Amino acid sequence: MTWLVPLPVVIPLLGAALTLVIVRRPAAQRAVSLLALSCTLAVAVTLLVLTTTGGPLVVEVGGWVAPLGIVLVADQLAALMLVVSSAVTLCVLVYSIGQGVADGTVGAPVSVYHPTYLILTAGVTNAFLAGDLFNLYVGFEILLAASYVLITLGATESRIRDGTTYVVVSLVSSLIFLIGIGLVYAATGTLNLAQLAGRLDALPGSVRLVLQSVLLLAFAIKAAVFPLSAWLPDSYPTAIAPVTAVFAGLLTKVGVYAIIRTETLLFPGGRGTDVLLVAALLTMVVGILGAVAQSDIKRLLSFTLVSHIGYMLFGIGLASTAGLAAAIFYVVHHIVIQTTLFLTAGLIERRGGSTSLDHLGGLARLAPLLGVLFFIPALNLAGIPPFSGFLGKLGLLQAGVGHGGVLAWLLVGGGVLTSLLTLYAISRVWTLAFWRTPHLDVTGAGDAAEESTAVDRAAGSRLPPLMVAATVVLVVLGVGLTVVAGPLFDITADAAAQLRDRQPYVRAVFPDGAP
Amino acid sequence: MPNLLLVVVVGVLFACGVTLLLERTLTRVILGLTLLGNGTNLLILLGGGYGGPPIVGVTPQSEMSDPLAQAMILTAIVITLGMTALLLAMAYRSWVLTGHDEVQDDIEDRRIMQRAERDQGPESQDDADGEPALVPDDEGTSR
Repeated sequence: MTWLVPLPVVIPLLGAALTLVIVRRPAAQRAVSLLALSCTLAVAVTLLVLTTTGGPLVVEVGGWVAPLGIVLVADQLAALMLVVSSAVTLCVLVYSIGQGVADGTVGAPVSVYHPTYLILTAGVTNAFLAGDLFNLYVGFEILLAASYVLITLGATESRIRDGTTYVVVSLVSSLIFLIGIGLVYAATGTLNLAQLAGRLDALPGSVRLVLQSVLLLAFAIKAAVFPLSAWLPDSYPTAIAPVTAVFAGLLTKVGVYAIIRTETLLFPGGRGTDVLLVAALLTMVVGILGAVAQSDIKRLLSFTLVSHIGYMLFGIGLASTAGLAAAIFYVVHHIVIQTTLFLTAGLIERRGGSTSLDHLGGLARLAPLLGVLFFIPALNLAGIPPFSGFLGKLGLLQAGVGHGGVLAWLLVGGGVLTSLLTLYAISRVWTLAFWRTPHLDVTGAGDAAEESTAVDRAAGSRLPPLMVAATVVLVVLGVGLTVVAGPLFDITADAAAQLRDRQPYVRAVFPDGAP
Repeated sequence: MPNLLLVVVVGVLFACGVTLLLERTLTRVILGLTLLGNGTNLLILLGGGYGGPPIVGVTPQSEMSDPLAQAMILTAIVITLGMTALLLAMAYRSWVLTGHDEVQDDIEDRRIMQRAERDQGPESQDDADGEPALVPDDEGTSR
């Protein structure tokens, strides 16, 4: 069944080519995109089942033998990430189709939207499947190139301004990654991850530390780890809602995935773990303090995104199987929840005419369904007990306590504090945007609410059903993570054990031992 | 000593690239990124080792340089080219929209400036009742 492995990359790429050809027929374009992403999701689920039962699957692209040719490796971690990412991209696609239909902008300038979106998906899946450091770089470049187009879509003044920050920072991080690749190649003579696992072990500790630092630096920029995270809240919020949502959900997590992969496979037990833990603590606390200070929902959510990256780093930095398992679980949870919240923010913008907490008010009465769609994922993000956010945080805290040590205990404290502050930030949004009486007119609160949104009511008095449906599906998916938390934790624990062992991955690529 | 010369060139390219990258105008940032990209490519070339052209029949196998490093550089050049084109388009668009290609202050800075204006707004309104008093205040806070 190894022929399935390249499909998650190939299908979206073919879809992108096809949608580019039929650029004048929007209906067909939409159908092709939907079909391509549905197929990707189906393949991803199949891959997850196959890797869970039978271990990692490997394809040597073009039939070239492993250390010379490029390999695509689907192990449990990669397959799990594929499933979550393709499910989320599919939902966001439906949402954006709903938005396009509602706005009547299905035609001209947005005709590049579908091909670009599919290329973005292909880049993400390629990064997850890459068994080769350079192929990982190419995956990153594919997804970044597509994201540059998406973030500046429409090329308004603010998008160009914020897009510039994003593009330049991303380009610098890519260059650092490329420098890292050059150094790794100069030191070891290979870029194949499985072969590197053995060869890096043989290097002197100082050289390994340099290589680890350069790669970690590059991925930390992409994952928005604290001292390198200032670009994110500055650039994400200006893009259109579905684009922000998919960026927030996926792009930073690809960086986290790359950190997990390199830290476990290439540099296990290195001296980087303490650095990771300190960075995790700072990312969590500084990020959430930023969120507390915001008065715009999208920017607030961007800051919570940065902050919660810290939780994943916490799990990775513990360098234990329990920590890694919880971190992977948290990545899955966070992709779904953060995307949902940004989609809901898009709906709020449509309904309330703004995402600024200074202007919004009374949404709970105006649109009760919207309230539910915000409330559930928001509580989930903050980590209220029945939800997956709580389970993920609990797993991380348990792993932290089990690890012991001053730093780990500090992080446990920081994690609890961040969770509380997240709840505070989220409840501020809830009280101001949803519960507060609209403050335009003291005499008739109801009338004021009507007036304040009169303009938007004219534009689209009801939320487009397709957009709501896509958001509902994601909310249900987020709640569903709680229901399947047991089996999911089994999978992530299994994946973490395999990652820590390293041998399953290496043996899958080189059955006769690494050359 | 061709290798040492190349190492120095890489260092100079990186230094110039970083300096240009810290500039405010996008055109200079693009030039900086191009220099950095070239420096990185040279670095990879150095990593590939020194030798003859890797063509069977031209160079004996033991004296060939590493072709993989060169293949990677080709890929990197293509990617850098695409990115430079995109950035140039963005710089042009920025020029069309705003008349310059400077990267403006980020939204946080602008918000702090707005707050400062808002804080001063009511006071001056009480004093002089409106616009004339506001104008000098505005300029004062934005500097």
